[in-house]
Amino acid sequence: MDLATLWFVIIAVLWLGYLFLEGFDFGVGMLLRVLGRTDTERRVLINTIGPVWDGNEVWLLVAGGATFAAFPAWYASLFSTAYIPLLIFLLALIGRGVMFEYRGKVDSDRWRNTWDWILVVCSWVATFGVGAVLVTNVFGLPIDEAGNRVGGPLAMLDWHSVLGGLAVAGYALIHGAVFIALKTEGDIRARARRLALRVGPFAAAPLVALLLLVGAREGSTFGWAATTIALAAAVLAWLRLARWQEGQAFALLGLAVIGTVVALFAALHPHVVPSTVDPAFSLTIAEAASSPYTLEVMSWVALFGTPAVLIYQGWTYWVFRQRIAVHHMPPVQVP
Amino acid sequence: MDVLNLARWQFGITTVYHFLMVPLTIGLSLLVAGMQTAWVRTGNEKYLKMTKFWGKLLLINFAMGVVTGIVQEFQFGMNWNEYSRFVGDVFGAPLAMEGLLAFFVESTFLGLWIFGWDRLPKKVHLACAWAFSLATMVSAYFILAANSWMQHPVGVRFVDGKPQMTSIGDVLTNSTLLAAYPHTIAGAFAVAGAFLVGIGVWWLWRRRNTDDEHRPVWRASIKLGAWVGAVSFVVLLVSGDWQGRLMFQQQPMKMAAAEALCATEEPAGFSVFAVGELTGQDCESVKSLTVPALLSFLANGDLTSEVKGVDDLVAEYQERYGEFYPNDPALGELAGKPIDYVPNLPVTYWSFRLMIGFGALSAGIGLLALWLTRGQRLPRSPWLVRLALLSIALPFAANSFGWIFTEMGRQPFVVVPNPTGIDGMWMYTAQAVSRLGAGEVWTSLIALTAVYGVLAVVEVYLLRKYVRGGVEGVMPPRREDQADDENVLSFAY
Repeated sequence: MDLATLWFVIIAVLWLGYLFLEGFDFGVGMLLRVLGRTDTERRVLINTIGPVWDGNEVWLLVAGGATFAAFPAWYASLFSTAYIPLLIFLLALIGRGVMFEYRGKVDSDRWRNTWDWILVVCSWVATFGVGAVLVTNVFGLPIDEAGNRVGGPLAMLDWHSVLGGLAVAGYALIHGAVFIALKTEGDIRARARRLALRVGPFAAAPLVALLLLVGAREGSTFGWAATTIALAAAVLAWLRLARWQEGQAFALLGLAVIGTVVALFAALHPHVVPSTVDPAFSLTIAEAASSPYTLEVMSWVALFGTPAVLIYQGWTYWVFRQRIAVHHMPPVQVP
Repeated sequence: MDVLNLARWQFGITTVYHFLMVPLTIGLSLLVAGMQTAWVRTGNEKYLKMTKFWGKLLLINFAMGVVTGIVQEFQFGMNWNEYSRFVGDVFGAPLAMEGLLAFFVESTFLGLWIFGWDRLPKKVHLACAWAFSLATMVSAYFILAANSWMQHPVGVRFVDGKPQMTSIGDVLTNSTLLAAYPHTIAGAFAVAGAFLVGIGVWWLWRRRNTDDEHRPVWRASIKLGAWVGAVSFVVLLVSGDWQGRLMFQQQPMKMAAAEALCATEEPAGFSVFAVGELTGQDCESVKSLTVPALLSFLANGDLTSEVKGVDDLVAEYQERYGEFYPNDPALGELAGKPIDYVPNLPVTYWSFRLMIGFGALSAGIGLLALWLTRGQRLPRSPWLVRLALLSIALPFAANSFGWIFTEMGRQPFVVVPNPTGIDGMWMYTAQAVSRLGAGEVWTSLIALTAVYGVLAVVEVYLLRKYVRGGVEGVMPPRREDQADDENVLSFAY
């Protein structure tokens, strides 16, 4: 495997880390007003991801930065082509990001309700947005020979975008519900589990459709294997959850997202941006890659940096492994 | 406005805004880690109160720094995709390293610090504070490495019309970076120092007529803030002088523009203050107060040497880098037009002076406040309080003016040619912008500015609320109805 392909794989891993981790924390946000009936319950939900959401989000920043470093042409084409969708996505991340710190800082129902709805709306929008952009990238963007967009601000959006957005939103919803079931006790836990079991099969429908579509596009045994693993893991997750094995269900959903990302990037390979205008304009891994020296430097950084990140982020999850419930919430005390 | 100007406005607004949060985060996080260390080592309650109070303000501020930072990374690809294609081989690396080696550490250990009170062993919890705060300084290094490369491209060769990195070591030890780093970090500590002094003085004044059990907290904060501010100012002067000398070699036009020095002078005087017209590209001005030969000293370390003026430099630049933009339709209106090598003189001239003036004023006010509150003295004059509160804003403004100066002073280049370096290795800002419609860039400029505006109101409101809440606000006395349950989390959102 040459360095450029290695970096294609690393970018896939970073996206995987992002979708896996922020997937469920987006899901918690999406379900805030459904599963949290009282303010204290909503605090419980928010605090399941409170210590970790920011670390989860950095996976996206690193995926973006690594794409810039390793595939400048990919970064340049994708970000400028998906301008308006990314702007909306950014605004959603901004709203969500300040919400965590600010929601509990004023003792007023109006204040908390406002931030609650900001979290809900921003989580839905961001999840849909990131799915739409990633999946549309895999199926192709309207770029010309120079890698610039052909057409207006929304020219990149088509039904792949809608399917991708719904697939990732559906997955995040389920993973979020299972995460809540795994991290809480009492009513919320039961409610989250019930929701995942009842709504899960419907919410997973767009993801299943996407997986079949991606498998067909890729066509290779490898692609179908990834697709099959993803589908099987999702079904198993449902069965394990039905048996109250929340931890196993959570891990199996993680496997489903691994299979999905592998299938998506297998379908994208050997391109980084297929062109929907003319296949000849498609940007390949080799064309978009940085020089071998830059990739080598970045490989060393990734070699030492990534395991360290996994270790200390893993440690964080270990430190905050305890299930939480309404009776764990300290009273609201603000100046 | 065309896409180029819209994209520049957006970059200017989002960057200046982001850099209001960044220096406070960098400076305050290290000071808070220091306060917590003092508490862990001495067990003195005063330091715990300081850690909790200033730590809370740090967190309110940090949240904004995070969300505005994401925009920074995205807008290179969104608004400046030609730039990204051109420099990605070298410019992307420090950004990716920042994420992988620094920002992961910051975000993860901050989460541990916020929620780790009473849950982690004391020393491990303290280590999290240090991991977080040192990571903010590492972050700054990588980001400045990227910026310094734009100011002075090194460690690359020119292949197929693009820079290709040949040495990451050269990029990370760029002389411009080595001078800019202490300058920026000291600027961050100047912000944190003035923040401590201003709020500390206000609290002493507020409780000047009553007993205040927390008075030692405010005294220690003023002392720390004033000394940090004073030392930072010295570092700013020394590193700024060093940067200036480098700039006279690396970007002579920027320094001539800083002075609005029209004609070459030998020796050159330093204009302290100018009255009169300093408009547009006309560098005629009435300089009312000039220190003879000082500019020669700043540039070259002597009192006699020549400093080149704007007019001579324009001729030199035209000869070296060409008189006209390439006749490339992608450049739009500018294609084939003459290149204007003179930065916006009123902006460069005044931002340079305001940077220095505001920085000095803030350090001076800090020391004055320290003197007037020495021993057991309390501030009696409302003027001292007003001055100390005003002084909080000064280093923020000085930082902003510094960045406005350094970024506008390098126009019309986005990657400034290295005068001793690589042939053909530069890029005009006009060539860097994405080929987008003005409508979408307007949308993004308006949307981001509006959201940032709303968030500024929210942040200031919350900061004010928590400042006024004082120590009791962050360490409320235990309530009677509170169950004495070990299971209750020591902190939750």
